[in-house]
Amino acid sequence: MLRVMLALAALALGGCASLGGEEARDPFEGWNRGVYRVNDKLDQYVARPVATGYRKAVPGEIRDRVRNFFGNIGDVFIGVNNVLQGKFADGFNDWVRVAFNTSFGILGIHDIATDMGYEKHDEDFGQTFGYWGMGPGPYLVLPVLGSSTVRDGIGKGLDFYTDPINETDPWEARWGLVTLRLVQTRADLLDASRILEEAALDRYVFQRDAYLQRRRSLVYDGQPPREKDPDDESDKKKSD
Amino acid sequence: MMKATRRNLISTFLGLAALICVGAVRAQEAPDVLVKNVTLEVVDLIAKDKEIKSGNRAKLIQVIDAKVLPHFNFSAMTALALGQSWNKATPEQKKRLTEEFRTLLVRTYASALAAYSEQKLDFRPLRAKPGDTDVTVQVRVLQKGAQPVPIDYAMEKTSNGWKVYDVMVGGVSLVANYRTEFSNVVRESGIDGLIKNLGTKNRGLAAAETK
Repeated sequence: MLRVMLALAALALGGCASLGGEEARDPFEGWNRGVYRVNDKLDQYVARPVATGYRKAVPGEIRDRVRNFFGNIGDVFIGVNNVLQGKFADGFNDWVRVAFNTSFGILGIHDIATDMGYEKHDEDFGQTFGYWGMGPGPYLVLPVLGSSTVRDGIGKGLDFYTDPINETDPWEARWGLVTLRLVQTRADLLDASRILEEAALDRYVFQRDAYLQRRRSLVYDGQPPREKDPDDESDKKKSD
Repeated sequence: MMKATRRNLISTFLGLAALICVGAVRAQEAPDVLVKNVTLEVVDLIAKDKEIKSGNRAKLIQVIDAKVLPHFNFSAMTALALGQSWNKATPEQKKRLTEEFRTLLVRTYASALAAYSEQKLDFRPLRAKPGDTDVTVQVRVLQKGAQPVPIDYAMEKTSNGWKVYDVMVGGVSLVANYRTEFSNVVRESGIDGLIKNLGTKNRGLAAAETK
């Protein structure tokens, strides 16, 4: 495991020193914009209509159950990633969540652990690499999956590889679950994606910058150190 | 005659003193208390207003205009989002940029409020030293079955109380997120191009609303 991680770290080394200009963060912009356009069409004609229909047809109460069910499955490896980052108390918290929600919460459809004070976390392999100092590397737009970076793309591969749903048999059940989870996720993002569309002048740029900021914040668990910014004279706002 | 003038003077002075006092009280309101009071007031107004709940966007924007906007420093936000180009802009350009950016942000804020105002909020205790003039007030939006979304208000103490100069949603700074977009447009078509671009965007959104 360690050797693999070191090799991956070496791969993304280029990304470590590239927090400067925007071109440095997105050297594949031409390619990325192409994939982005295809994804956008896919979203416009398939994912968004299906998610909108799902939200109209299925009551919020049931959608909460579906979100909780998949959230509970996700908590298993959220815990693993917390432990891999040396955050043992957080990892323990995540596994206690799984224990309570799977049993008393009936296979995870009720998130009783949150009410008991065990808060849900957000971790994945991309964040674990980031925690150990691996830079994000160049920005990448993945087909279907969307915004990512070289580091997070590798992380997503591992997330996918370790996803308990991939072990589900028979394959019909597996793909049913995968589809349901995608639809639920897209439905949860309907409001956010509309707001993003309203706010952005250039959606590609806005989404890219938001993704990179968001991931940086997640790697530091919401407390990222202030970034050095050549443009930002910190006393500028005080002159107004 | 003399007496009247003096009386006028005294009443003016008293009036001024009263104004200063009111100002001082507002200014003394701690930033986290301010955020909590304003947020709860607005959420409550929305919950009680049938027109806003049924999607009257113009009325929601009115509420935000009256209750929320006085606590934002939009020229500081615009300056930060523009970076170095701000110093090259004329006063007239600065004024128009600030107006357009403000309109865009208010509309975005209205959409966010309309979508998320029914979520539970967790107001975090302020972590700052007594003399601090630049603080971050943290609020968390609690949602079922997902990690809470932090909303951080970066606030600066001014002579008229605390003012917000950046909002970070889930670790994404609004001001920083506009910086690349703005600098791209300014590089291609100058500051006037950016003003025009923002204006077109705002008019498009306003038109979509009245449909």
